[in-house]
Amino acid sequence: MTQDTTFHHGDAPSVASIIEMRDIEKHFGNIIALAGVSFDVRPGECHCLLGDNGAGKSTFIKTMSGVHKPSAGEIFFEGKHMDFDSPRDAMEAGIATVFQDLAMIPLMSVTRNFFMGREPTKGRGLFKRLDAAKANRVTVEEMRNMGINLRGPDQAVGTLSGGERQTVAIARAVYFGAKVLILDEPTSALGVRQTSNVLATIDRVRKQGIGVVFITHNVRHAMSVGDRFTVLNRGKTLGTAKRGDITPEQLQDLMAGGQELAQLEGSLGGTV
Amino acid sequence: MTQANAHTVDERLKAESFGSKLMKRPELGAIAGVVLVVLFFLVTADRSMFTMAGFMNFMTPAAQLGILAIGAALLMIGGEFDLSIGSMVAFAGLFFAVCVVNWGLPLIVAIPATFIFAALVGSINGTIVIRSGLPSFIVTLAFLFILRGLSLVGLKLATGGSTQLRGVREAVQGDWLAPVFSGDAFKGLFEALGRAGLVETFNNGAPKVPGIPVEIVWFIAMAIGATYVLLRTPVGNWIFASGGDANAASNSGVPVKKVKVSLFMLTACCAALVAIITVMDSGSTDARRGFQKEFEAIIAAVIGGCLLTGGYGSAIGAFFGAIIFGMVVIGLTYTDFDQDWFQVFLGGMLLIAVLFNNAIRKRVTGER
Repeated sequence: MTQDTTFHHGDAPSVASIIEMRDIEKHFGNIIALAGVSFDVRPGECHCLLGDNGAGKSTFIKTMSGVHKPSAGEIFFEGKHMDFDSPRDAMEAGIATVFQDLAMIPLMSVTRNFFMGREPTKGRGLFKRLDAAKANRVTVEEMRNMGINLRGPDQAVGTLSGGERQTVAIARAVYFGAKVLILDEPTSALGVRQTSNVLATIDRVRKQGIGVVFITHNVRHAMSVGDRFTVLNRGKTLGTAKRGDITPEQLQDLMAGGQELAQLEGSLGGTV
Repeated sequence: MTQANAHTVDERLKAESFGSKLMKRPELGAIAGVVLVVLFFLVTADRSMFTMAGFMNFMTPAAQLGILAIGAALLMIGGEFDLSIGSMVAFAGLFFAVCVVNWGLPLIVAIPATFIFAALVGSINGTIVIRSGLPSFIVTLAFLFILRGLSLVGLKLATGGSTQLRGVREAVQGDWLAPVFSGDAFKGLFEALGRAGLVETFNNGAPKVPGIPVEIVWFIAMAIGATYVLLRTPVGNWIFASGGDANAASNSGVPVKKVKVSLFMLTACCAALVAIITVMDSGSTDARRGFQKEFEAIIAAVIGGCLLTGGYGSAIGAFFGAIIFGMVVIGLTYTDFDQDWFQVFLGGMLLIAVLFNNAIRKRVTGER
């Protein structure tokens, strides 16, 4: 997969980073999950974070989104030093994360999920209440913009497909003014068609000037939308490459530590 | 997706009938239960059960349980249990009685003090559950015994060896706040209705039903308040979210821990309210007050559509669940049946409710 993809690739190297993580370390007891990882995202780009299972991808994005505090290292947000105490802090700054579990509650309606934790209100004081009409209207509109027609705003999330749930989560993050959108393996459990829908959504989001962090271990998915690629292996960064500077094969080798995969790939015909 | 086809209807969706929409309401089971129970007693019970006096008769225990059940329902929707509610009634009752009898405090001090005290115990409960990550079932089971035991020990200390503390009625007599928590409300209205011949009266002209017992007024007010909070405020959304998936909720910025601890405090305060009302009503408190009420409250909440796994349910459901309860407890005395059938009924009702709720949940989530 090279330049023939249909996606636009934002090439904006001179723009300042929205978020920059410098030499982040994270220890859990005697386990070193991250051993000095540096990473940054610029507006309008899709920065892919690749790594095999256990490479530290999840720990790293949880640090970026305020779930974990780094044991060492610094986070700069729009040039300023930042310490996130909670996911809420990070969210208010403009860092939205779509975790693998999507932070969706199947028993609750799409509207209630869409506005979970950030409900629109009207009235004051004791009469401050949910603006249900606005919440329903916005949800239906935003979902329509993403190409999903809801049965109704009160449809339970449990009745949506995996790709649709992913889209609800992304639409929610974008609606709430995300500057950085972190997607944790959004395509890992999806079929072919749903995957291309999600990749198209990523492209749509990027065009709005949002910096997208796309976590995956699938090189094809990464190559089809990514502008830059950073590979994590055993808690360390193996460098960041720009699109065009690296081939899928090289990425694949970096992810696996460049060892056994070469032999494996020979026997599989290079299709992994 | 372009604007042109944005409004087209998905061809794979069937139109939903009114009936199947209704089936998705959590309180449907409880309302159906009320209808069934009413029909049953219309056939079997004495006519006097469905007079105004009969109505107040079964609504009073329903209200006392219902106040607890609404608190329990909110907590269950929030994903936790509180098995210590019943013991909390006894413990709060003891604290309240000691305040007014032993310390001679006026109600304006004693009642807020009792609520603060209960909220404190509730927050201890909640904090242990949240901090330890243990199931609330186990933690509050421990408190069921701890609080019951403390009530006994405390009563003996306060009375010098007796397990009953008397003299509450004398202590609160004439207190301007007493009518809010004891006796009947809307007495004037009922007298006026009696004079107008709209309600049944005794020979001397006084209405047969002097007013609405205050617990019923509290019960209805709480049901309305809890439903408003659940359905029409952000906090309601947080409660559903905390119970549905605490991890997802806190990742979305819902203050899950605060919500849960507050709910534990609320259930404890519901227990305190019931304690204050019943202690003032009977004029004394004892260590058996609120015995096994935790189970009855949870059963009423489950009949009302609360899922044991949290994240789903309704306060209105718990309201009707408690009414079913009161109707059966009192209603059986109007029939020829042995009153002890009550327990059989209780268990049967719980089983049917759980089976029904399970089916509902599958419908809502589209599980197959």
